[in-house]
Amino acid sequence: MTRIHDMGGRFGYGAVLPDPDGTAFEESWHARALALTLAAGALGRWNLDMSRHARERLHPREHARFSYFEKWLAALANLLVETGALEIGDLLHRASDRTAQALSSHALKSEDVSALLGRGSPTTRDRQGWARFSVGDSVRACRLAENRLVPGGHTRLPAYAAGASGRVLCRHGFHVFPDSNAHGLGEAPQPLYAVAFPAAELWVNPEHPHDEVVLDLWESYLEPVQ
Amino acid sequence: MESSENGPESAHSHLPPDPELRVKALEEILVRKGLVDPAALDAIIDMYQNRVGPRNGARVVARAWSDPDFRNALLADASDAIAGMGYAGRQGEHVTAVENTRDTHNIVVCTLCSCYPWPLLGIPPGWYKSDEYRARAVREPRKVLAEFGVTLPKDKAVRVWDSTAEMRYIVIPERPPGSTGLDQEALAELVTRDSMIGTGLPMEPQR
Repeated sequence: MTRIHDMGGRFGYGAVLPDPDGTAFEESWHARALALTLAAGALGRWNLDMSRHARERLHPREHARFSYFEKWLAALANLLVETGALEIGDLLHRASDRTAQALSSHALKSEDVSALLGRGSPTTRDRQGWARFSVGDSVRACRLAENRLVPGGHTRLPAYAAGASGRVLCRHGFHVFPDSNAHGLGEAPQPLYAVAFPAAELWVNPEHPHDEVVLDLWESYLEPVQ
Repeated sequence: MESSENGPESAHSHLPPDPELRVKALEEILVRKGLVDPAALDAIIDMYQNRVGPRNGARVVARAWSDPDFRNALLADASDAIAGMGYAGRQGEHVTAVENTRDTHNIVVCTLCSCYPWPLLGIPPGWYKSDEYRARAVREPRKVLAEFGVTLPKDKAVRVWDSTAEMRYIVIPERPPGSTGLDQEALAELVTRDSMIGTGLPMEPQR
């Protein structure tokens, strides 16, 4: 089983509310939460997969109650303590603690922001061995959408695609494997494929016989279909 | 090794519950500890508020409509093609462009979080991050499109791209009728953000 963040296909949700002109932060604290998360991430104590997993493993009741950036903030606070950047006492005694420390050499400087964001964190890695599948191959997604390295761990195979058959649309090269990288077990790069699934493979009542859903899936999520 | 769980007693519960106060408290702690420079936070916000936005993506689309060599290069390797226009970086490290045609309409979602091509489209809109969109876009894209005022012909297939890895997607919409002769700047004005996510169509030129 996956976790509550795995939303694809769930029933019970209402209409989407378009916002054609909204291209700004909806609240000023959203901007601050984003910036704080990126600046703290630049300390280098965790990677992108770890921060995604930290949001996913918030308690399901909190995950459901929190808005998007509230999830980010809660996960950030947890990660800071889990990685030892902060101690619980720093959160508990924040009102009384007035000792200011000098800026750490690891802290992100404003003059480096543009370069950091412009560089990003590419996840492609040099080819390691051969890709098992070719464009056009029929493949099936694993029946169980679960991390196979860490029970309850991070994975990027959505439950709605588990066990479904599709065909390889393109190969994206070798990418860092989140199921491993989210748990500090190494980048363990694997071939990544765009796999097209007919809607009828995924849903009991597909809207149209020719509709498809394409997912980017790592090789170990896939098995050949004879 | 098991995945560590965060019960309601996890670290964040020691911060104020109100999100605005919460972000302020966390920022104060990190600044006091020397882990965050407030000037760097301002620089990050300035970048996304003022320097990155859907006009970047619109320029890419307009160029693809006008320049067949660029279109071919974009469809072959979008990361490379957009880097040539100065668009790269966080959440746009790896980009694929998918082209709408007479037969196929493309639409992009991230069902597992809210992955989005920031260098091309800027800050993701609230609806893109909503449970409603993430749950429904893969299962009933045509109903979702109708909520955006888009109705597709019956013979057109929908291809939904679920951004489950670090590949980010931009839709190249069909060039609108009546746009012959417009230069790239005028064409870019027709390209809406939603048309590059696939939940909208480009505007038609005013006669």
